[in-house]
Amino acid sequence: MTKVTMTVNGKSVAAETEGRTLLSAYLREGLGLTGTHIGCDTSQCGACVVHVNGQAVKACSVFAQDVAGADVRTIEGMANADGSLGVIQQAFQTHHGLQCGFCTPGMVMSTAALLKDNPKPTESEVRHYLEGNMCRCTGYHNIVKAVLAASGQDVGAIAAE
Amino acid sequence: MPKDGGIGASTVRREDIRFLTGKGRYTHDIDIRGQAYAVFVRSDVANGKINKIDTSKAMASPGVLAVMTGEDFVGMGGNPAGWLIQSRGGETMKEPKRPVLAHGKVRHVGDAYAVVVAETLAQARDGAALIEADITELPAVVNMADAVANPANRVHDEIENNVCFDWGWIEDNRAAVDAAFKSAPHVTTLELVNNRLVPNAMEPRASIGDYDPGTGDYKLITTSQNPHLSRLLIAAFVMGIPENKLTVIAPDVGGGFGSKIYHYGEEAAVLAAAKALNRPVKWVAERSESFLSDAHGRDHVTKIELASDKEGNFLALRTETLANVGAYLSNFSTATPTFLHGTLMSGPYKTPLVYVNVKAVFTNTVPVDAYRGAGRPEATYSIERVVDKLCDELGLDPLEVRRKNLLTPDQFPYQSPVGLMYDTGNYQATLDKMLELADVAGFEKRAAASKARGKMRGIGYSTWIEACGIAPSNLVGVLGARVGLYDAATVRVNATGNISVMVGAHSHGQGHETVFAQIVADQLGIDASSIDIVHGDTSKIPFGMGSYGSRSLAVCGTAMTKAVDKIIAKGKKIAAHMLEAAEGDITFEDGKFSDAGTDKAKTFGEIAFSAYVPHNYPLETLEPGLEETAFYDPANFTYPAGAYACEVEVDADTGEVTIASFTCADDFGNVMNPMIVNGQVHGGVAQGIGQALLESTTYDETGQLLSGSFMDYAMPRADNLPMFTVDHSCNTPCTHNPLGVKGCGEAGAIGSPPAVVNAVIDALHRGGHTNISHIDMPVTPARVWAAMNA
Repeated sequence: MTKVTMTVNGKSVAAETEGRTLLSAYLREGLGLTGTHIGCDTSQCGACVVHVNGQAVKACSVFAQDVAGADVRTIEGMANADGSLGVIQQAFQTHHGLQCGFCTPGMVMSTAALLKDNPKPTESEVRHYLEGNMCRCTGYHNIVKAVLAASGQDVGAIAAE
Repeated sequence: MPKDGGIGASTVRREDIRFLTGKGRYTHDIDIRGQAYAVFVRSDVANGKINKIDTSKAMASPGVLAVMTGEDFVGMGGNPAGWLIQSRGGETMKEPKRPVLAHGKVRHVGDAYAVVVAETLAQARDGAALIEADITELPAVVNMADAVANPANRVHDEIENNVCFDWGWIEDNRAAVDAAFKSAPHVTTLELVNNRLVPNAMEPRASIGDYDPGTGDYKLITTSQNPHLSRLLIAAFVMGIPENKLTVIAPDVGGGFGSKIYHYGEEAAVLAAAKALNRPVKWVAERSESFLSDAHGRDHVTKIELASDKEGNFLALRTETLANVGAYLSNFSTATPTFLHGTLMSGPYKTPLVYVNVKAVFTNTVPVDAYRGAGRPEATYSIERVVDKLCDELGLDPLEVRRKNLLTPDQFPYQSPVGLMYDTGNYQATLDKMLELADVAGFEKRAAASKARGKMRGIGYSTWIEACGIAPSNLVGVLGARVGLYDAATVRVNATGNISVMVGAHSHGQGHETVFAQIVADQLGIDASSIDIVHGDTSKIPFGMGSYGSRSLAVCGTAMTKAVDKIIAKGKKIAAHMLEAAEGDITFEDGKFSDAGTDKAKTFGEIAFSAYVPHNYPLETLEPGLEETAFYDPANFTYPAGAYACEVEVDADTGEVTIASFTCADDFGNVMNPMIVNGQVHGGVAQGIGQALLESTTYDETGQLLSGSFMDYAMPRADNLPMFTVDHSCNTPCTHNPLGVKGCGEAGAIGSPPAVVNAVIDALHRGGHTNISHIDMPVTPARVWAAMNA
């Protein structure tokens, strides 16, 4: 077992790992940050997306030991300092961009990465970017709408909430 | 009206806060101190005789605490089928035992035959890899036609032709239907496949078993849509433990779509292991296991015939279906192709004569059971496809043919020829609304624009009905159900006036915590923020049957409103005493009990306080406290209906189909929260489009699942789908529940697949490929290209 230290949501943290411990398991089992979800075993579903040094990464696709020392942000670090929902989170609630909530952490983290690089994406760009995040509940309609709204664009013209 | 939104408000969901901040509590997120980890060992052959399972190396592996095999569970009962179906010859269906772990034989790839429990998950995995199973592979029964035709190969040794039942509905109508076909001016015949689907809720199944030797109490935390039903199955049928000694908790559940209705062997195994080891045992499925062990959906092969006159008036309809039940009978698997399918086969139409035949067939594949829509998508797809084929053959307009055959509002209540009594509807209204919203009048212009871009554009329709709000217990009892299908709610008004509502329904994405609170708030005229909805824990909630079949609101919601009615009735008695008025003079409005004609009144909070601090209270005639329970058994099914339109573009070179638009005009009765209802339709339509264009569950001839991961099984992704246009303004409220609600959870998945396929065929016809009468789902580019180039 090897102790791996990194910065998660602004705090320096450490947990024991095996060589095979994935970042997703490190966060969930090692640190108790269970907001990062595991929806598949082939790095397809995107429920485990977190930010590693500012980049969106599927946490099931990297070993914890390989990102020792990194600056990691998870869904638990996305709310405002006062605990209220951040802009993206609020847009997801306002526009009913989640149902069962399981894919939601990954969706929010991917959205944050998208809007950082592309602050005013088109609908098509949003759909293409979120192609690596599966949702079985929403049909993506309200997720796409929430992302557009979070980017400050007017979504009033999009049919039905 | 409550200040924070009652019935009809698009109140945002309170549950979102925890889901958006990573604070959801799904089974995988829960750890119990001292827990061990279970890994199941699954068959890699589809059909095999188990000669020997050597567990010695696994037991010697570091950290391994226990290994259990099918042998350890032979004394336990089987996981039962919930419905007993009678064949048309009168014999009872074949019901082979479904053990906790496979014993003697393995019957599908993924069939679990051993479980390894270890100190850590990694050690359990390592131990599982050391199980040595000597299994003789036998010829696999995969294809249904072969299964029936080749009785030498058997899934269950004692079932010689692999047929579970051969069901006719309604047998008394068969001769008249056959006679109508003989004399019909036109008969359209279509053979089609309703493709097998993997539900793939994003949260894989997971279960934690716990046992307290001090009390003899078991606890199961599990991914269930219906904790009480699971408890009943485990306690009474499988493990033989008293129901009161088992608590089943379904915490946050990440989607179900039917796949989490059922009791699975892993649940009993972790409970048994927990008792044997005297410590909690946790199991979380990997996605690969989900593909190999969650109940799949659909999988029908159907021949449908529609008899009509030359003007397209339907005269009779007849179907023959082979329904795959897989290797074992899952809990609802026998109801799905029969009473959720055959009874829908007259659709929204006047068709006077209908006969349905379904043979359920065992195969060496994962068990098949109800998946979003469950039988009703299969019925709707068959009907709506054959209607379009009839229009092609007779040169008639598919909208006009639908319109002339739809039931009209004056025909309700309508006794269908397949056993249902539709209470109300206005199918013309939803059809007209769909035509308007989809701008059907402007289609030719859009088609011309597509053509200019080298694309073939088509439009397809579906007018559909479903039977929801499952279900009247006395009726389903006659039909073979082994349980009742009522639901229950307890409304507990606390001494300080806030309210806890314990419901039998389970929310795994539907937003009950928000919507149910809206309804109670509306009824009581108090703010929803002071009302909590409690669900998912058998130690807290009354005995309800859970959520599936679009039943939560129509059945459990009704129980809840009836419990609130009892609260109000008791509140009036208390108020009458406090106000020194006659009970009959007390009115209740906006959270206030008033003595009619006076200015005397007591607030809801004052009444609640008085009930718990009964200093001035009629104790000699009235119990203190303010808590009421109601059970509700529906008088009838509910009948949501709608009209859908899909526009597609087909690439003439590649055969790729793109959804250009999708429009839904639904009748769900009264709508409690429009935002949530729209979301339900979006999700259902996405699953229907997934079935129509993308999702294919493929077995090879040896029974290996070729589409066993998200890399092989095409789930709908954000860039496969358009924005949807949905509407539910054409409401005809349900006539037999107080909220007038019908249910909306499955509609999208039921109505959409035929609209998509009809649109593709229309596009191909418009593009000159008039010889193509049908393409089976999923309508992949390869299939379209092959049809174009045949």
